[in-house]
Amino acid sequence: MATRDVHERSHEIPPKASIKLGPTQDEEVFGNAFSGQVVGRFLKYVMAYKALLWVAITAVLVFTITSIAIPLIVRNVYDDALKEGAGDRSKLAVMVIAFLIAIGFNFVANYLQELIVGRVAERILIDMRRAMYSHLQRISLSFMDKTEIGKLMSRLQGDVAALQEFLQTAVFALGDLVLLIGIIGAMIWLDWRLGLMTLAVLPTLFIIRIIWLPYARRSFLRARVTSSIVSGALAENINGIRAVQGMSREYVNYDLFDIRATDNLKAANRASKFGVMMLPIVDTLTGAAMAIIVIMGGFFVLGGTIEVGVMVAFVLFVQRFFDPIRALTMHYNVLQRAMASGERIFEVIDVPVDIADKPNAIDPDEIDGSIKFENVTFGYLPNQPILKNINFEVKPGETVALVGPTGSGKTSTTALVHRFYDIWEGSVKVGGYDVRDVTQDSLGRHVSMVLQEPFLFSGTIFENIKYAKDDATREDIVAAAQAVGAHEFIMKLPEGYETELEQRGGNLSLGQRQLISFARAIVADAKILVLDEATASIDSYTEMLIQQALQRLMEGRTGMVIAHRLATIRGADRIIVLQDGEIIEMGNHDELMELGGLYSRLYSMNYASFDDIPDELIQQATQAAEGTST
Amino acid sequence: MRITRMALQYRWRLFAGLITIFLASGFQLAIPILIGSAVDAARSLDGNNVEIANGMVVSAIDEITGVFGEGSDPAKTALIIIAVLLFIMSVGRGLSAMIQNYMGESIGQAIGYELRMLYYEKLQRLSFSYHAGVHTGDLITRGIIDVEGVRMFVQTALLRTVFLIVLIGTGMYLMLSEDLTLGLISLSFVPFVAWRATAARLKLRSNWYQLQERLSALTKVMDENLGGIRVVRAFASQDHEMKKFDEASNETLALANIQVGIRASNISLMGVAFMLAMAAVLWVGGLKVIDGELSPGELTQFLAFMSILLQPVRQIGMMINGYARGSATGGRLFAVLDLVPEIQDKPDAKDLVISKGTLEFHNVSFGYEGEHTLNGVSFKVEPGHTIGIVGPPGSGKSTIAHLVPRFYDPIEGYITIDGQDLRDVTLDSLRKAVGVVEQDTFLFTASVEHNVAYGDPWAPDDRIELASKYAQLGDYIERLPSGYNTLVGERGVSLSGGQRQRLSIARSIMLKPKLIVFDDSTASIDAATEQRIRAALTDLTKDRATIIISHRLSSLMHADEILFIEQGNIVERGTHEELLALGGHYNDLYELQIRPTEFDSAHRESEGRDNDGGGS
Repeated sequence: MATRDVHERSHEIPPKASIKLGPTQDEEVFGNAFSGQVVGRFLKYVMAYKALLWVAITAVLVFTITSIAIPLIVRNVYDDALKEGAGDRSKLAVMVIAFLIAIGFNFVANYLQELIVGRVAERILIDMRRAMYSHLQRISLSFMDKTEIGKLMSRLQGDVAALQEFLQTAVFALGDLVLLIGIIGAMIWLDWRLGLMTLAVLPTLFIIRIIWLPYARRSFLRARVTSSIVSGALAENINGIRAVQGMSREYVNYDLFDIRATDNLKAANRASKFGVMMLPIVDTLTGAAMAIIVIMGGFFVLGGTIEVGVMVAFVLFVQRFFDPIRALTMHYNVLQRAMASGERIFEVIDVPVDIADKPNAIDPDEIDGSIKFENVTFGYLPNQPILKNINFEVKPGETVALVGPTGSGKTSTTALVHRFYDIWEGSVKVGGYDVRDVTQDSLGRHVSMVLQEPFLFSGTIFENIKYAKDDATREDIVAAAQAVGAHEFIMKLPEGYETELEQRGGNLSLGQRQLISFARAIVADAKILVLDEATASIDSYTEMLIQQALQRLMEGRTGMVIAHRLATIRGADRIIVLQDGEIIEMGNHDELMELGGLYSRLYSMNYASFDDIPDELIQQATQAAEGTST
Repeated sequence: MRITRMALQYRWRLFAGLITIFLASGFQLAIPILIGSAVDAARSLDGNNVEIANGMVVSAIDEITGVFGEGSDPAKTALIIIAVLLFIMSVGRGLSAMIQNYMGESIGQAIGYELRMLYYEKLQRLSFSYHAGVHTGDLITRGIIDVEGVRMFVQTALLRTVFLIVLIGTGMYLMLSEDLTLGLISLSFVPFVAWRATAARLKLRSNWYQLQERLSALTKVMDENLGGIRVVRAFASQDHEMKKFDEASNETLALANIQVGIRASNISLMGVAFMLAMAAVLWVGGLKVIDGELSPGELTQFLAFMSILLQPVRQIGMMINGYARGSATGGRLFAVLDLVPEIQDKPDAKDLVISKGTLEFHNVSFGYEGEHTLNGVSFKVEPGHTIGIVGPPGSGKSTIAHLVPRFYDPIEGYITIDGQDLRDVTLDSLRKAVGVVEQDTFLFTASVEHNVAYGDPWAPDDRIELASKYAQLGDYIERLPSGYNTLVGERGVSLSGGQRQRLSIARSIMLKPKLIVFDDSTASIDAATEQRIRAALTDLTKDRATIIISHRLSSLMHADEILFIEQGNIVERGTHEELLALGGHYNDLYELQIRPTEFDSAHRESEGRDNDGGGS
């Protein structure tokens, strides 16, 4: 049987299409445990909560001190109140009251430290994330173009969380340290000989933990990584289930998944071993410490050098001093991670905002809707201009179509109207103002944009059409939807305008999303509309709706359209033909046809859209056009 | 509970776990007794007090002391022996705790692994109708979080429960039998701490779920903002976006603060309850010591017992939470595992045998929830022939594509390949014989090469390259940074819609299917490239039956027969020429699509006006 065949073969040679999910960089890289710069900058965020933090630190100290005091009081109970043959009720009462007071302080301090540290850490987390996020809103698009969203997201989430963890641990680490020092101090104060002898086990524990930690960490990391590989494989199989079933990959995938799951099982078991290994070690050392106390302490008691209460106090202390040591060695790990995260976070915050409003930028309320490019030269990489010396003007109310082969500079031209990028030479004027002299906000208000791939946000259709126009009424929204012909299909949806969109509007067709993005542009009601027509082929009916909607959208506005459809191009008042970053032809359809250049050649090839024309034909046309012009 | 039954498979590990539980609790509880006797031994100058204080242990000690001889100081000897015992007990406790924890964890891991495999297998077999109806995110969550929940339940709750019961039970018994009043006082913190721990855990958990939801909402806001940064910039809506962000992030903050609050009050309350009990023990026990009813060692014993019990009692909360989580996640997981795939092989299913490769639809109807999307459709495709299917969106075109590989079963009528009903053959053989090129292809995070070879994982490189070339993707792949080894998919290079569709075509070619269905699979490919793909594929399709579903007429004009489908019915059928001559729907569509290329100037004038709506 074919299936068995595959099933068995898979064990010999690895089959193709195994997903590759290695450990991500974030997980693997452990940087320095301390970076003064990161800590310094981080402190600035912390300092916003200075007062609260002082309270928290005080609480931590009070908590620690009372924690140490409690065994000491117990010792006094034994040595003063319960002295053999000399039991004293009033002394016992005093001790118990002292004990109660200590408990009271301990309780309040414990509550405060947990509460304040926790809340401040949450607050700082949000502050830092906000700082990064709002910075990202201002960074120029050239940075965003180069950066993967996933990476930014992991900084906004993982790295910020690592810092939060650090803050929490930092405060508690302080507590642990104080506690440890306090315990050591108290033991030595009670009886220095017994204290030193008991503490002799401490270095052993430290050494063992320091040897153990790197191995254990590696095994924990490995368990985490293999587990995320398994999760990734599962997620991918679910997302790609159609491909899996359609191509009968079930058996192969099952085997591949088994390999990963087994890997994870092994890694997890290994990590467990490392984890549980510490238990007998700590217990052995505790046992050793207690044995020392019992023997030596007992002898001292017998010899009359110490009282029995001291011994009891020692036993109580011993049980507490392993916890802070364990915690402290763990904190080191957190510290390392936090430093690496901090560096990544500040890296984002430090990206310069290269397109900023001038200090005296104006914010015109009304503009006339004209666009003017004067000797514009622009490119993304130095010495590689995409647009060369572009000159044109669009009068208010006019619709201009930008036409040209891929890479000719159409998209860049439209991006400049919005000042997404700053040009190298020349000037771009919108409504008579140089775009660099007005605020970016005002550009956003006066120029609206429809992208080729309509981008919708999650939320209802209503919210999407309204988008940032907070003062738009329901009537405005419905009117806009009606104008672009989206109203009908919206009303057919189960919840009408209140229908929740799935991610990126997944529950609507491409054409429908397009219409919604048109409606959004109408509501934004800008004087100038920049539109990048969709290239993907849409069924003819929707196509027709979109063409009509486009007409409505352009009414009373200045339009700059990257046009692909012949119908759109013919409808434009003027056509600008771009090639290799230069304007080679300009005029209306009839004029250009008469001119007999590239446009007329492309047009006469009888393709429904310029994008359907194969590259070779464009090249031929270009050469032919050049031939006629020279 | 089913999870417990699963755990029973690991009999010897469970057994080892249980044994070590008793050992660990025994060692654990011996420690306070030893400490107590040490205190008394140190205080007393003769061994008899020790004996009074601690019958059981000390009689043992005495026997050993006897061996040591009379010469040595009995108290000192007792101390040494106690110390040695204490050390042994501690080591024993550590070792048995280690084994016990490891057994718990390894059983948990093993069950987690088992569930994961079962879940994966089940998901692969569940039919399209199931997958279409559930949110993929939910399925992924179940596979990750819920399996984890069950694993944690096994790991922490199952063996631990026994351990805690044994430990707390014996501890209570020892304390109460020693001194009833003092025992009761010592244990007074137990119900309070157990209750607090449980209540707080459960509250934290429900709060945690809400917090996760809010966090994913926040993630969505940020992700969409960054993904749609051009829209955000174009509408100058940074303020609006910051507002959205602040709202979402303040919601998470509020929940996180509640979380912190619960935790803070809980931890401090549990701590104070324990210490109050301790104060009471000191007072009452102290009085008893003064009255000579109790030895100081016994008092120490009580204190030591209390601190040993504090941790386990706190863990009761963790365990009850574990049970709650385990039953919730286990329930959700088993709900999926118990599903029966709607479409599966009949018990006596045979492999599909292709003699010619003729596909036939016999009066096929299909629909969901009573609504028919396909109504009595019949047609036949012979090998080497092509059938084109066209129609408005939602007419049922794609349903046909899904019925051929039996992603769904027809509700009426039947489909045959070379006379064999699809429902009588094995799914595997059917799907290997039928290649469906989907409109939207899923890219796996793997190299281009592996993606192309997805359906034929052992294909030689030259075949992969050839298939890519046929699909007009070869040139593009060769220009990629690492050629065929370039990583694509979620974490690699992203391909455009047209490139993805071409990759999908290449994938299907790799399968060497006996029957090919193109399900609107060239919508994002420009007409010229499509033309070239078709030319390259003529060799491949010449002895195969081909179905082309498209809304672009140029993709299917050349078909041997074209079906025009509307609302699940074939309304027109014939060749391109016949249908044009018919002057019906097909002709209308043709007019609409081809219009700009067939115009004379007069025609254009009137049309231009239509298009512009008088706007220019």
